[in-house]
Amino acid sequence: MLNFLVPDVQDLGLNLDLFGPALLTGLGFALYLPVLGCYLRLRDEILASLAYAQVGAAGALGAMALGASLNTGGLLAALGVASAKHRLVDVADARPSVRSSARSSTLYAVILVIAWGIGILLTSNFPLAERLGHALFDGQLLLSGGEQPLLTLLGSLVGLIVLSRLSKRLLLAQLFPDIWRLRSPRWQWLHLGFDLLAAISIAIATMCLGVMATFSLLLVLPWMAFVHRSNWRHACRWAMTTSVLGYLLAFGLSLAWDQPFGPVLALCLVSLAAVTAQLKPATVSLPPRCG
Amino acid sequence: MNSVLLRLDNLKTGWATPMVGPVSLQVKRGEVVGLCGPNGIGKSTVLAAISGSATVFSGGIWRAPDCKVTLQTQQQPSLQGLPLNGHELLALTGASPAGLPHWLTDKLTHRVDTLSGGQRQYLVLWAVLNSDADLILLDEPSNNLDVAGSQHLATAIRARAQRAKNRGAGVLLVSHEAELLAVACDRCVELGESKIEGQQHA
Repeated sequence: MLNFLVPDVQDLGLNLDLFGPALLTGLGFALYLPVLGCYLRLRDEILASLAYAQVGAAGALGAMALGASLNTGGLLAALGVASAKHRLVDVADARPSVRSSARSSTLYAVILVIAWGIGILLTSNFPLAERLGHALFDGQLLLSGGEQPLLTLLGSLVGLIVLSRLSKRLLLAQLFPDIWRLRSPRWQWLHLGFDLLAAISIAIATMCLGVMATFSLLLVLPWMAFVHRSNWRHACRWAMTTSVLGYLLAFGLSLAWDQPFGPVLALCLVSLAAVTAQLKPATVSLPPRCG
Repeated sequence: MNSVLLRLDNLKTGWATPMVGPVSLQVKRGEVVGLCGPNGIGKSTVLAAISGSATVFSGGIWRAPDCKVTLQTQQQPSLQGLPLNGHELLALTGASPAGLPHWLTDKLTHRVDTLSGGQRQYLVLWAVLNSDADLILLDEPSNNLDVAGSQHLATAIRARAQRAKNRGAGVLLVSHEAELLAVACDRCVELGESKIEGQQHA
């Protein structure tokens, strides 16, 4: 009666031959994006991940409508928006030491709305963009081939190394902004550099995984890591390893049951997060100690 | 040990308009200078001017070349919900945990957001005070601290200023707490309505 729930092993093997490159491509993002998400959450910029994903999608759709390269369109759109946002925040800040997270959040929300609107209009009005638009917004694992898996894995590794090198500075700039500003004459370059790194990474991930799958990898596990882990290093490592487990599970299930990848990944990540929440009590809910 | 790290010459400062001044003072390595006065007189604005965020309308601020400055403001970092323990927080500024009060030493492996407000504030203060700075600007550091915390802080500020082998710092301490100023400071400068008077602390 429940046979339809049991995947056909032979079909799965064939599908893996076909989707092997896509598996490896997504694996790179599954390793890297949750760590990036931890730093976005540190900076109160979770909304940025969805905004950059929407901008990347709109850029790719725009490029397709114009007959240009999808990757170039998505990347240029995300980079342009990251630079413009950085400039707008700097101009708006009367006091340079204060990086208002509320101001950034509002900007990201506006960017998100604009990018979503443009993306939907492009999808509705350009037949060529319609199929890609559905894939990007509904969350389908796109076919990838050639050198893309290797490039994605290498890019993710480079991203992880960059974040590891910047980790102390990003934490210092967020928690002790005055100290960071006083110690670093070119203190604002760190913020711009991180914004550009996030924009590039999220735009590329969006074009490979879709908008919501990318957002899920950036959001769900960092959120749970922040609640349950006892220190920063453990939080980043836990988010990364759990993400890989969730990704592999989602990949297998979506192939076996012929389901769109994005929703399956999102639900797998949330389920893993929920299971973890049952296994370990939240440390932040402990009452404050006296003294 | 007694090189001048900071000198203010008839400084008038504020944000959109001048709020305070003229102020003149100097801070040498190894000494703790208190900056006191009634609420709203502009003590924090003077620190903001030294750190480069407030507007200087007239007068001057001179800092020794290569002088590393650090600033503690009354705005506490948002640590709630962050997976960060005490060791990691101190490591951000390069502060050593050696010398922390006993009620904090055994809590360094805990998440900072599980500490009480006073413990959290002291840890943040410790991170600023024991960073590798030459000039340390402290703005009402004893707010929210209990008596034991304030006493330990006063001793820690003096110890930080007078570290051996030229590793001591100059400290400019803004506070309205007379006891802290009396224990920690070598001298105090009182901000008045119209002019600044320097006086040796009793």
